[in-house]
Amino acid sequence: MSADLVHLWVYLQTTPLLGLVSTLLVFVVTTAVSRRLGNPAWANPTLLSIIVLTLLLLATRTSYATYFQGAQYVHFLLGPATVALAIPMYDNLKQIRRSARAILPALVAGSLVASMSAVIIARALGAPRIVTLSLAPKSVTTPVAMGIAQQIGGQPSLAAVFVLITGLTGVLLLGPVMRLLRVSDWRAQGLAAGTAAHGIATARILLLSETAGAFGGLAIGLNALVTAVLVPFLARWLAGP
Amino acid sequence: MLNALTTLLVCQFIGEILSNAAGLPVPGPVIGLVLLLALLVRRGRVEREMKSTAQALLQNLSLLFVPAGVGVITQLDVLGANWLPIAVAIGVSTLLGLAVTGWLMQKLARP
Repeated sequence: MSADLVHLWVYLQTTPLLGLVSTLLVFVVTTAVSRRLGNPAWANPTLLSIIVLTLLLLATRTSYATYFQGAQYVHFLLGPATVALAIPMYDNLKQIRRSARAILPALVAGSLVASMSAVIIARALGAPRIVTLSLAPKSVTTPVAMGIAQQIGGQPSLAAVFVLITGLTGVLLLGPVMRLLRVSDWRAQGLAAGTAAHGIATARILLLSETAGAFGGLAIGLNALVTAVLVPFLARWLAGP
Repeated sequence: MLNALTTLLVCQFIGEILSNAAGLPVPGPVIGLVLLLALLVRRGRVEREMKSTAQALLQNLSLLFVPAGVGVITQLDVLGANWLPIAVAIGVSTLLGLAVTGWLMQKLARP
């Protein structure tokens, strides 16, 4: 790089604009690419954007902290967006009330299976204890997962990454699993997405059905509660000494 | 848009305060969601402005996970050293979680 370009780059790295603009631009482009491909689950804009931005940071040797200075403005909107899930939930309140008795057993069973099977498998395959414990809360929304990981002796930042990978895995598996089991009910699909793969899978299914989105939002909230209460006891016991 | 966004943020804010003050295991935004839902139920309707603002946020929900997602870059060494147990554990457990919840819900819920 010439000296001028280096100056410009050093200047840009000190402003939050770089992280913000790169996040938005990459997302706009990957959304267009994904649409061109027919919106397949394996090429969803979230996954593509994370890959492209990670490669960009590695290639330009930009630290995550520098990137996040700008990206935090996008990240911040997760809070109000979570609150906004109340609107599809309100629109589907009748359906939620009607199926209340089915929601709880389905959610608790799915939540425990997702969390405990992850711990058992990781331990059996020889993962270190800190990895195994950080996997336990991976199906819940990030702040809750980080809190639980801390509490049971895992690592919060590792838990946050597992939450992300789980969400993207959920997006990939949701369609095939529901087709295989012949689950056509939007309420069931939404509840499954929110329970097993939190907001990332819910964001995807919300685009297909408002009802599924409402049940996904409900599952995110309830699963946070169920996991926070049950997982600390079970995970430490299953992860062994 | 401003009124609606303010309402959303105030709900989140109160949620954060309740979550921290009471030491609840549920994060602030989720408590904010419950507060807003209670508010809407009391009012009996959703204002058009709130509807369009919520829609704008939720239609782009996938974007909002990207900045945290790029955080994967800070854990590449741990992921590289343990990729097999991590991949199998997350793949199988997510599949089982989706299957159990979806199947049970469809079975138990009245159509």
